[in-house]
Amino acid sequence: MTIKERPILEIKNLSVTFTAGRKPVRAVDGVDLSVARGEVVALLGESGSGKSVTLRTILRLHNERRTKMEGSLLVRGSDVLKMKTRELGDLRGRTVSMIFQEPMLAMDPVYSVGQQIIEVIRKHEPVSYEEARKRALHLFERVRIPSPERRLDAYPHEMSGGMRQRAMIALALACKPEILLADEPTTALDATVQVQILLLLRELQHELGLSVIFVTHDIGVAVEVADRIAVMYAGRIVEIGPVRSVIRTPRHPYTRGLLSTRGHGGRLSGKRLPAIPGSPPDLANLPPGCAFAPRCALADDRCRAQAPSPTTVDEGHVVRCLRTDATTQSLAAADVSA
Amino acid sequence: MLLADKQATLGPITRSPGYWTTVWRRFRRDPVAMFALLVILAIIVVAILAPYIAPQDPYKGMSLRRLKPPGTPGFILGTDELGRDMLSRLIYGARLSLFMGVTPVIFALVIGSVIGIVAGYVGGWLNTVLMRTIDVFFAFPSVLLAIALSGALGAGITNGLVSLTVVFVPPIARVAESVTTSVRTRDFVEAARASGASALTIIRVQVLGNVLGPIFVYAMSLIAVSMILASGLSFLGLGVKPPEPEWGLMLNTLRTAIYTQPLLCALPGLMIFVTSISFNLLTDGLRSAMDIKA
Repeated sequence: MTIKERPILEIKNLSVTFTAGRKPVRAVDGVDLSVARGEVVALLGESGSGKSVTLRTILRLHNERRTKMEGSLLVRGSDVLKMKTRELGDLRGRTVSMIFQEPMLAMDPVYSVGQQIIEVIRKHEPVSYEEARKRALHLFERVRIPSPERRLDAYPHEMSGGMRQRAMIALALACKPEILLADEPTTALDATVQVQILLLLRELQHELGLSVIFVTHDIGVAVEVADRIAVMYAGRIVEIGPVRSVIRTPRHPYTRGLLSTRGHGGRLSGKRLPAIPGSPPDLANLPPGCAFAPRCALADDRCRAQAPSPTTVDEGHVVRCLRTDATTQSLAAADVSA
Repeated sequence: MLLADKQATLGPITRSPGYWTTVWRRFRRDPVAMFALLVILAIIVVAILAPYIAPQDPYKGMSLRRLKPPGTPGFILGTDELGRDMLSRLIYGARLSLFMGVTPVIFALVIGSVIGIVAGYVGGWLNTVLMRTIDVFFAFPSVLLAIALSGALGAGITNGLVSLTVVFVPPIARVAESVTTSVRTRDFVEAARASGASALTIIRVQVLGNVLGPIFVYAMSLIAVSMILASGLSFLGLGVKPPEPEWGLMLNTLRTAIYTQPLLCALPGLMIFVTSISFNLLTDGLRSAMDIKA
């Protein structure tokens, strides 16, 4: 065993509160997450669970005047939340970069794709225009865009969706970042293109030794790309662990609900798709106990009274639930019936 | 190897044309706009070459040949109330009229864009202060504001320019502000921030790149208005002073002859009409040519 390296990203007790509305909204509530060098972590959750907010906080993209960020967020040991504007400018795009959900909207329509990549390279590194262009061309080859020379001069609207996302990835990798943040990068794409992009991301991640945080609401995608899965609900990580462990033996009732709602190929048609009853809680108005308790079949009075603290159930597998005893039992039962 | 194969099947590598090349190609297909462009170019050329083209001295009058109708030998378009050659005065008048039409718009374009972009990008209380101040100017009808300012400052070319600039800053600032606000919240601005761009870089690259086109087109449409307003000021004796040849002023001085030589009196007005409508048509053509993604 090698000596354990310090994680490249350490998030400790991070809370993000939006104060714009009448009532402050706590979108992220006490998130702890560390990502090792070369590791892929998937943040899984439905809309409004705080996964995208967590991701954006890593680059501090929120409006500073209307957002309160607490806790600490260390990238290579330095706290992003305490950085000055200049340090932040160096961090963004260079150490940490981001891929967006909709490449059509995330690219500037009035500049060619090549120009945008060159602009980013020259912002961070003192290289000539020709040198930057050469690198952009190389990046295009790397993300396997056909006839890269010509595509470099294309405008975003002249490319297909998959091609645009490839260009977006090239843009994100322009300055050789160490951490890549992916905000649902395949959601806006066709199913066939989705797979291609996922494979490409996985391959590039492997070759470049990138650490990736991958936000998605698609369990299938998460399983495909991630080493570890973190399930978020109402601004908290309710379950985190290695992919295998979380998928095979989910301990949190919410994760189990998510897994059962997945339309498997093997599921009999004509059968009703199981759903989690109720809807996600209002973040400005959270229940005092476990946020999932009102929708949970296993919840008891304890769950409604006190918020569960993290419990380690397996090697690296941590759950925030007071009824892990019940979920473990029913797991065993499910194994028998299967 | 594989890549080379793919390129072979796609044929020779052709560069995709840039934005402005595409706009120009679309613009060329619009006959009305092209005609307007040619008219404007012709007027500009005539204005520049006025000393070489004008058949007579535009300032030299002679009481013996006052108010000759168009078609008089030696004076193709006749003579004005002081016996000066109409054609020469119209040619020289193009200089001042164009100048009075274009210059205030350029000044207003610079000032208004800065105000609008700052207000739109920074937002918050600064936006409120700047835009509500602009709204105060909006409360006045533009003609009235120009007349009031010129009247207060006194007649003359410089004062006319100043007052017209003040008139055009508010509308340009408002357009700039609304476009900037819509650009600011777009994903690519956040993407630019995520790639480490500073606020100034974003204003320079993302905001200006997306905002300048619409503002520019809007400002072009104001040139026609500016020309008419400038002529109006001159007509009222608040802009250019006699004996300078300027279309609006000529309209004013010739009005006394409206019953004896109606055709002659209409000529400067006709020039103002042709020029301003050409600018309008040109703007319309440019606007639809630039609307590529629609």
